[in-house]
Amino acid sequence: MKRYDALKKIVESLNNEFVVCNLGDPSRELYNISDRDSNFYMLGSMGLASSIALGVALARPKQTVWCIDGDGSLLMNLGSLSTIANNSPNNLTLIVIDNSSYGSTGDQKTYTSGKTKLEILAKGAGFESITIIDKEKDIIQSLKNLGTGCHFVLIRTQPGNAHVSNIPLLPEEIKTRFCKAMLDFK
Amino acid sequence: MNIDIALYEMIKDSGINLILSLPCILLKGLLEEIDERHEIQNIPITREEEGIGIAAGAYLGGITPALLIQNSGLGNSVNAIKSLLQLYKIPVVFIMSHRGAEGEKIIAQIPMGKLTPSLLDILNIKKFIIDSLDKIKEIKIAVEFSKKSNQSVGILLKRQLWRK
Repeated sequence: MKRYDALKKIVESLNNEFVVCNLGDPSRELYNISDRDSNFYMLGSMGLASSIALGVALARPKQTVWCIDGDGSLLMNLGSLSTIANNSPNNLTLIVIDNSSYGSTGDQKTYTSGKTKLEILAKGAGFESITIIDKEKDIIQSLKNLGTGCHFVLIRTQPGNAHVSNIPLLPEEIKTRFCKAMLDFK
Repeated sequence: MNIDIALYEMIKDSGINLILSLPCILLKGLLEEIDERHEIQNIPITREEEGIGIAAGAYLGGITPALLIQNSGLGNSVNAIKSLLQLYKIPVVFIMSHRGAEGEKIIAQIPMGKLTPSLLDILNIKKFIIDSLDKIKEIKIAVEFSKKSNQSVGILLKRQLWRK
C-alpha cells in the first residue's frame, strides 16, 4: 500500500467530516481522488496540519474533524501531540500516513525508517486512543470503529507518490469554501 | 487600576474568545486573570508556530483567536505568518510582551527585542505599542482593524506597563 491507496480508503470512509490535509503530494492526491469544499488543503507552513485541525475542532465542537498528516510533517511539530492529547477535543482524529519518507521532496528517508515510532510518541504525549493500520483492507473498518473521541491513527505504507497535477484552487478559494461549508453545516 | 485586569478586560471586550499562550514573567498576572475567570478559553501551546496553526484553524471555524506570547516567538513564526496566514488571508492577533527592550536584564532577549519592531514592519504586520494604561484601549482598535482588513496585527506590551 502506498499513500495514494490509503487516501482512497480514507475518502471512502468519509461522511461529513471536515478534513485538514498536509501539504504537497498528500493534498494533491486527495484533491485528485475526491475534491470537497470541506477539505482544507495546506499549501505551505509544513508541520502545522494537526495544529490547524485542532483549531477547527476547538472552534466547532459539534463537527468532526479529520487531520491527514504525514510522518515528516508530524516530526516537525511534535509538540502538537502534547497539545492535542492534553486538550483532547472529542471531535478530532489525527490520521498519520507514515511512509517513512519526505514524499514531496524526493522520498528522502525520515527517522521513522529508523528507530522512531510515532505511536509510542503519541502514547507518551497522552493519546488514549491509538490505532495502527498496516493493511489497506482494514482502513475503512478501523476508521468506522472510532466513534467520538480524540484519536491517533497510524497508517503505515510504502514510500512513493501518485503523479497527479497541482491543485488549481487559489489559497483564498480554499479558505472561503471551507468556511462556507462549515457555516452551511447542519 | 491593576494593569493585568485592564488588559484582560480590553482583550475580552475586543471579542477575543480563544487565547493560545506561552508564558512570560511579564504576562504572569494576565495569564492568571484569564485562567481564573473562565470566560476566554486558554490553550497553552508548546511553540509559537504551533499556536499560529491552531489560531488559523479556529479562525476558519468562525472564532476570534489571539496569540499571547513573548516577542521572541515572532522569530519562530515567520514561515507560518507568510505561508499560512498571509497566503490564505487569515488574520491573527499577536499580543506580545516586548522583551529585550528598555529595562531588560536578560542579555539573550536583546537581539530579538531590537529586531521586533522592524521585523513586524518587514512582515507587513501593523504594530500597536501599548506602553501606558491610557493606551490599552488600542488593543480593541487593533482587533477591529485586523477583522476589517483580514490582516494580522502585532500588539507590543511594553515593560513599563507593569513598572518592572
